[in-house]
Amino acid sequence: MNLFTDWLGWLPDLWPGLLVSLELTGLSLLLGMPFGLLLALAIASPVAPLRFAAMLVVEIGRGLPALVLLYLLYFGLPEVEITLTAFITAVFSLAWTTGAYACDLFRAGLAAVPKGQREAALTCGMRGWTGFRYIILPQAIRISTPPLAGLAITIFQASALAFVISVPELMSKGYTLGSVTFRYLDVFGLTAVLYGVITVVAIRFVRVAERRLSRHV
Amino acid sequence: MLTDIASGIGYTILITVLSLVIGGIVGLPLVAARRSRVTVVRVVATAYIDVVRGIPPITWLFLIYFGLPQFEVYLEPISAAIVGLSLISSAYLAEIYRAGLLSIHKGQWEAAHALGMSVRTRTLSIITPQTYRVCLTAVAVYAIGLLKDSALASTIGVHEITYNAGDAARASHEGILAFAIAGALYVALSIPCAIASRRVDRVLRTKLGVA
Repeated sequence: MNLFTDWLGWLPDLWPGLLVSLELTGLSLLLGMPFGLLLALAIASPVAPLRFAAMLVVEIGRGLPALVLLYLLYFGLPEVEITLTAFITAVFSLAWTTGAYACDLFRAGLAAVPKGQREAALTCGMRGWTGFRYIILPQAIRISTPPLAGLAITIFQASALAFVISVPELMSKGYTLGSVTFRYLDVFGLTAVLYGVITVVAIRFVRVAERRLSRHV
Repeated sequence: MLTDIASGIGYTILITVLSLVIGGIVGLPLVAARRSRVTVVRVVATAYIDVVRGIPPITWLFLIYFGLPQFEVYLEPISAAIVGLSLISSAYLAEIYRAGLLSIHKGQWEAAHALGMSVRTRTLSIITPQTYRVCLTAVAVYAIGLLKDSALASTIGVHEITYNAGDAARASHEGILAFAIAGALYVALSIPCAIASRRVDRVLRTKLGVA
């Protein structure tokens, strides 16, 4: 009971951190998801240099630990005379990770649309971009949505990594509070609960959405 | 700089391999509990898996490294990293095992039963080999993910690849180079793992003749 009242007392300290974590996640997804779709289209493109460039970006995003990518941008960008705040660096880094993983999910989604759909679009006079935009893409996105939602939850968890470049998100608020109270276990316990509750609620939400989306498929 | 960073490879491999092995062993009773007929056991196992996977790995490492001293439990950074990542991998591997078991046709259990096999024989000779075969690729993919997660150990001060790269970056002001080397080392470590899993996969496919 004592712990619970302590937690209630600490909540106002951690709350701004949670908002920063959510903001970081939201912005990374907002940038990363369209980026992933662009990468998927670039990999399917007939222009070889574009294809290789996209593959390189995807391989770096997936092959490197998210933490190393974060450090790479944080220490690397100032060397090429680009100075961004820690928060913006974290957004770009997580967006890169998101894009690389989303790219594969979009490619799987695009591949899963039956070939006949494209032929039918052609028959209806919708060539190239028009057919892709109105016929193929909506179906592909519907197929890709459940795994993309799973990726979004993973990225929310990965936003905790921004702690290492001192973005004032939930983990770093927890760390500061821990170093003041010397009760790391209780403080990190509360941050764990906050992360856990949001993740579990999000997973439930995804499951419901998944069932809704697959209703007519 | 390369040798400074590469000197962390030992710790990276140690953390990854030990966490994978410990998690793989702990995952076995966990998946049994997850499929148990006793509701309490099943609920506890499901809750364990959901809670472990619902909390970011870095939070687990901090809970264990900074939190446990509150109970007079003091762990070295390396032990804390191994305990934390084993905890996480046990939950993920249990889910991989479970997916593998679900893919085994129900008729296999029935056939073993019809042949009069004991539970022990059925589990060891019929179900486990087939599940092993199905799970292998997923476990290899997870192992590569775990290798990348081991970079988190740098946040609690284990001198592995990422930690050394951070040191080198601060000392030399060549951040891009230091972390590019670190990244290349992770990729270089994950490639043999991918190749090995593909080879074993092919051998098992021809040997067992199962899809």
